[in-house]
Amino acid sequence: MEVPILKQGHYLIASIQSALTDADLSQLREALIERVGRFRARGVIVDVTALDVMDSFAVRTLRDIAHMARLRGAETVIVGIQPEVAFAMVQLGLTLKGVSTALDLEEGLLFLDHQAQLRIERGTGRIDRG
Amino acid sequence: MAEELLIPIAADTDVVTARQRGRDLAAEAGFSSGDQTVIAAAISEIARNILMYAKRGEVALSVVTNGDRQGVVVVARDQGPGIRDPERALEDGYSTSGGLGLGLPGARRLMDDFNLDSSVGKGTTVTMKKWRRMNA
Repeated sequence: MEVPILKQGHYLIASIQSALTDADLSQLREALIERVGRFRARGVIVDVTALDVMDSFAVRTLRDIAHMARLRGAETVIVGIQPEVAFAMVQLGLTLKGVSTALDLEEGLLFLDHQAQLRIERGTGRIDRG
Repeated sequence: MAEELLIPIAADTDVVTARQRGRDLAAEAGFSSGDQTVIAAAISEIARNILMYAKRGEVALSVVTNGDRQGVVVVARDQGPGIRDPERALEDGYSTSGGLGLGLPGARRLMDDFNLDSSVGKGTTVTMKKWRRMNA
């Protein structure tokens, strides 16, 4: 099951719709990293609202996406982790350390806007051609 | 012993099937949605371990009653290479596959009862249970 990736402004939004196999997750990682370059994206949002389980492979893949996207110049934020999922993740010892998270898509977009603003203020942002 | 639900594990889609069946069974047995998630996550970890280390095996799911408690029983069996050092395999962060090393210890934390039985060259069986009080 392929995860649809939407482009909105400078951001990519991957909206997970159903349970994913390990292969689906790896495919999502490759697709996102490739599109960060193709669309010159500055931010990536992965919406996991529909995921009813996050195990160690899912968490490792999300962490890899965030770190790889950062190496390509884009910030990643994971949104929509459900309360029960968060509980099970903590029990498993999966903390997503070093990866930004936000409550939902709206908060995720605000977070990325804020990050972009900070980069401009620090003088490390890219020149806006848009 | 109540009837067993057997899920063969030989591909990553089977891992998804196993955890979904586990969630459904826990829901039928009256477990809270939080516990259903916990059980599904634990199944996901041990089913993936089968795939990663033994290539194939099976997950058996059943419901048992013990006094006023009801439990979901998950048994994961394979005839793979076995675990050379079971003590270490249950330590956080120990992995021989380059993974996070949280599968077995994580599953143990998620469940109430956890037993790992492995012999090198013969295979591994993980038995784990989650309980709930029936009048709760």
